[in-house]
Amino acid sequence: MPDPVKLTVDGQQITAEPGTLLINAAKQAGIEIPAFCYYEGYSLQAACRMCLVEVEKAPKMMAACTLPVAEGMIVRTQTAQVAAARKSTLEFLLTNHPLDCPVCDKGGECELQDMVFRYGAGESRYTETKLHVDEKQWSPVVFFDAPRCILCFRCVRVCNEGMGVGALGVINRGAFSEIAPNMGDHLNCDECGMCVDICPVGALTSGIYRYKTRPWEMEHVSTICTHCSNGCKTTLGVRNDHIIRGNNRDRSGINGEFLCIKGRYGFDFTDHPERLQAPLIRRNGKLEPASWSEALAFTAKRFSELKANNALFGIVGSAHLTNEENFYLQKFGRQVLNTNSIDHQRSGDVVTLLDALSGTTGTLAKVEDFYNSKAILVIGADLALEQPLLSFQIRANFRHRNAHVFTVTAKEVREDKISFRSVRVQHGEELAGVEEIHAQLLTEQELLIVFDDSVKGASLRRLVEIGSSLPYAVKYCCLVDYSNSRGAVDMGVLPDLLPGHKPSETPGLTVEAMVTSASLDALWIVGADPLAGAPFAAEKAFIVVQDLFLTESAKRADVVFPSASAYEKSGTVTNVCGEIQQLKPAIRTMGTKPDLEIMGLLAREMGVAATMGQWVSSKVFAEIQSQVAGYAVPLPILSTGGAAQSMPVNGRIPVAEHPELIRSAHDNLFTSGTLGRYSRILNSVLENPRPQ
Amino acid sequence: MPYNEPHPAETRIISKRFGLPNSASLETFMANEGYAAIKKALGMTPDAIIDELKASNLRGRGGAGFPTGLKWSFVPRTSPKAKYIMVNADESEPGTCKDRLLMEFDPHQLLEGMMIGGYVMGAKYGWIYIRGEYRYLIDIMDRAIAEAYSADYLGDNLHGTGFSFHIRTHSGAGAYECGEESALLESFEGKRGIPRIRPPFPAVSGAYQSPTLLNNVETFATVPAILLMGGAEYAALGIPKSGGTKLLCISGHVNKPGVYEVPLGFPMMRAIEELGGGMRNGKKLKAVVPGGSSCPMLTAAECDGLTLDYDALAKVKSMLGSGGMIVLDEDTDMVRVALRIMRFYQHESCGWCIPCREGTTWLKKLLTRFVEGAGTQSDIVMIGDLAKNMLGRTFCPLGDAAAMPTISIIEKFRGEFEDYLAHGPKPRRSYVREETLREEALAWHGQAAAIPAQPTV
Amino acid sequence: MQLSPQLESKFESLLSNYPEDKKRSAMIPMLIYGQDELGSVTPELIVEVAARVGVQPLQVSEVMSYYSMLHPKPLGKFHVQICTNVSCLLTGGEDLWDQACHKLGIGHKQATADGLISLEEVECIGACSWAPAIQINYDFHHEVTPARLEELINGLTEKAHAV
Repeated sequence: MPDPVKLTVDGQQITAEPGTLLINAAKQAGIEIPAFCYYEGYSLQAACRMCLVEVEKAPKMMAACTLPVAEGMIVRTQTAQVAAARKSTLEFLLTNHPLDCPVCDKGGECELQDMVFRYGAGESRYTETKLHVDEKQWSPVVFFDAPRCILCFRCVRVCNEGMGVGALGVINRGAFSEIAPNMGDHLNCDECGMCVDICPVGALTSGIYRYKTRPWEMEHVSTICTHCSNGCKTTLGVRNDHIIRGNNRDRSGINGEFLCIKGRYGFDFTDHPERLQAPLIRRNGKLEPASWSEALAFTAKRFSELKANNALFGIVGSAHLTNEENFYLQKFGRQVLNTNSIDHQRSGDVVTLLDALSGTTGTLAKVEDFYNSKAILVIGADLALEQPLLSFQIRANFRHRNAHVFTVTAKEVREDKISFRSVRVQHGEELAGVEEIHAQLLTEQELLIVFDDSVKGASLRRLVEIGSSLPYAVKYCCLVDYSNSRGAVDMGVLPDLLPGHKPSETPGLTVEAMVTSASLDALWIVGADPLAGAPFAAEKAFIVVQDLFLTESAKRADVVFPSASAYEKSGTVTNVCGEIQQLKPAIRTMGTKPDLEIMGLLAREMGVAATMGQWVSSKVFAEIQSQVAGYAVPLPILSTGGAAQSMPVNGRIPVAEHPELIRSAHDNLFTSGTLGRYSRILNSVLENPRPQ
Repeated sequence: MPYNEPHPAETRIISKRFGLPNSASLETFMANEGYAAIKKALGMTPDAIIDELKASNLRGRGGAGFPTGLKWSFVPRTSPKAKYIMVNADESEPGTCKDRLLMEFDPHQLLEGMMIGGYVMGAKYGWIYIRGEYRYLIDIMDRAIAEAYSADYLGDNLHGTGFSFHIRTHSGAGAYECGEESALLESFEGKRGIPRIRPPFPAVSGAYQSPTLLNNVETFATVPAILLMGGAEYAALGIPKSGGTKLLCISGHVNKPGVYEVPLGFPMMRAIEELGGGMRNGKKLKAVVPGGSSCPMLTAAECDGLTLDYDALAKVKSMLGSGGMIVLDEDTDMVRVALRIMRFYQHESCGWCIPCREGTTWLKKLLTRFVEGAGTQSDIVMIGDLAKNMLGRTFCPLGDAAAMPTISIIEKFRGEFEDYLAHGPKPRRSYVREETLREEALAWHGQAAAIPAQPTV
Repeated sequence: MQLSPQLESKFESLLSNYPEDKKRSAMIPMLIYGQDELGSVTPELIVEVAARVGVQPLQVSEVMSYYSMLHPKPLGKFHVQICTNVSCLLTGGEDLWDQACHKLGIGHKQATADGLISLEEVECIGACSWAPAIQINYDFHHEVTPARLEELINGLTEKAHAV
């Protein structure tokens, strides 16, 4: 490590790593140098000139955002000259900026407002005309108001460098320069809203949020996105039990400020008009609304009767449920309903990976490893569309650390653009592609291998063999679909595995078998839709469904309970990398209950509450920690909004492989299973190929 | 074509072939010491050539006046990367029209200068970035390049020497900013002409992030003469620190405007009186723009006894710049000149940084209003104040180039602004109307920049 | 888009002026030579150039709208560019501008109804010592007097009718 550089800023002796930009060195020492265009992580611009400071021996003021610290440098940030420069730059900026702050979405959290408040220029000498350009809508989620734009080029950079999309550019010259979308008058992009989020002023505004509220009227609840398995933190802006926006401006969580369209805007299913808000009971062949007590009593009675007759129960959990709910559900099945026929739709072969890696440590990647690893091998998946945070991390890794990215995929993927080597293979021949680049992999120093459901069972074991043969540390990430797919496996929502990957002595039926087995007496579906499009063999079976919407499975049910969504409950979820994070309820939707509560109330109604234990997520989590080896993580990390990776199992998992059961839905940026179907915004963007 | 007969007061070094019959041809060039310098250079070490340049005291002729030998020595010649030669022929500084003549009348001289640069740097490729308006010069240069190829002065293993060099022209498309070297490189790479953050300088990271020797046309054109006559002898033509000769573009209110080659240190009043043939219509001198419109304006009094060289002009807080000397007579309306200069810089501001983009726009609007008769006393103060708020704070020198003449005019000719307030203007035309038209044209430009909808990959 | 054989070969020659992996350098020359033939930088030209230099059309649009010689809509067959920058201002450039506007009844970046002549007030064209100067398409005209301007413009009309 080279010696730190010593310099003086405003009379204060400070040190910084060589190469540190002055603006950051000062920040580390608690000295703010203002800037609009400088944005950590993206290319330098030196365009806004707000960060000009006096540097001794320099003939004129220097831009702190592009000036690396130097030994003995003497800097002054508080002189009259610096103050005057800041003030005049702001005065220049305000000449053409419309002072429509009272109605601007950004009012109250606008960097330009804050700068003017702090550095002056509250009075303008400008009396000339302003250049007006009409506001434009570029997509359902992105609006652009050119006169408000201060041309900091953050949006252009975040779209190009951060997202790898490059849908925004600058047209015209000089004072007429304007940000422009790639399709002339509209955008064709990821619709992630990163540009809106990063805009320091109200030039880019969100179609969801604009003119809805003042920022200070909202409560801000940071929770975990319910859509894909990446586990991004999304901070929901809530007013009157209504989610108005999502972002992560405080850059907390594993995702920093990254969010895709689903995390940023895809919360609108919560108030979809078709949301179930009362339990339904089938009467005379028709589902009719019923009271909670009636529906609970009815279900408990039927469950008790069936149980008394040694009926065969099938239970389907979900990759959207919390760990606590999945744990409680399988416990309910195994201990109360005497069944091991418990399953969920598996989207990645986590079990085989954990088994193949038994005896190793440090071999499971975290989300941060996608940013840190010197080399990354992407197999099968189009990460940018299916696992956007991981893709974002890889791009940042490439940008900042020049990571070597390898792709072995059937189709062209966005990572190809930054790849060291890309190999096209027939779908199913991914391993051959890996063998092809084996010699090149040998020259790397470390490797993160990320793969989707194209690698499973025997081919996954072969992949781990290849990985183990490499002369350096290799980490793995097995891609899965939804917010808690990984947790569902860990919680034992599987017919052959108990919580903590302990084999069950008498394996039950898989989801497929439950659907096709005529001998099933009851089917309890929580948050899943296994009957969609499938003939159900056990016609007489008693079906109970808990869901947000009247899914195809719910339409066939005898009882339907309206569930709360992930944004309406507490609990924990485990992301694709096995990192556990806590949900926080942001809103309540009238008539719904969290699935844990529904199950708890059923247990009480059946008189088995003592067996099942309290239906409070913290209590259930304590039980999980005692039974699931890897989940003994420090609670303070979770309760303060952090992510704690569950420990690997460290032992063989002696169960039969079922690669045929592993099927990813390959949801893209604009689909998200059932939730996606009920999100107006996901369906409104033209990039969504679904017929409108 | 524009060409003035040699004046006895001139010292013709790089313009010595101007006026010869068919001067642009290889034949004429070869009959007059053509490609003698490159032959000499190939017998010298690169270091020796750089030493000659250092001894010549040649300074960049594009405007900044950076010592050329030093600039050449900054290029990391041992770098494993490809090295490139780039000629800045984006001549756009108002008042400047010299590179045109160098390319029109002696294109091979420029090619030879580039070849010497290529030999010194170990570069195989060179380009001439020519402003788009100079299309006929692109054609002339292309013809000269073709001639040089056919005579084995360009290509691989030239005349069996083992030295290979290739030259191509590159057309700009209308942007003053691309005369700034890093913006020129961006433009050359097919991007908007926005300057780069420096350091790194083009010598280290220029075209395609490779070491690039980038000089003005006149600078490259001077190199062969220096090698032939020797650096010291060339330096002796001028005065200490400002070596050799410089093309002077005299324009404005003189009888014989034209481009003249004079030794540095030439008295300014002689340039006006002798070369320029004196003031037009017997008027009195009011002011001089010494080296292109970005240079602070000099009053007649300041010009008295002033010599044309880098240091003498720096002493009066102005610049030799590109040698674009504009002479203004006593009848000149300095307020309108200030407006015209600001309109230019506003039009050419690239829009990257706030002080330049917004400062030039504000000042243009303010000066327009002033010229149209709606100025106030406080405007006069504000003009200087706003210009000073740009000075030294912009991303590239364009902001300074807009601020400096403005400050000098408001300080040295403040009385004329006062007169405007007292007596009212006599607008010759409606600038506001023109402004509106310009803005409409630009807004229309932006709209039409829309690209057709199409499937994305 | 279908290019004329001349433009096709010009594009090929321009592309050959740069290293194999640096084709983007040819973008601006291609746009300006393309415009010369097509009359403007048409959307089709943008898409074509983007494909040939390996960038997105947006990136060509960004570049096209930056440079003042490139324009997205056709101007006149004869584009009369009158310089009014300092040297020309001092020698009557603005008078020429006013004269041309009056004579043709059009203003900045406007074209006559028949599409024959368009006007542009341009910045310094590098003819300061021979001011006032104008450029008609790529041809320079130096030390232009009002009478000469009259003659030049009339000449354009005649040239058009002769064709």
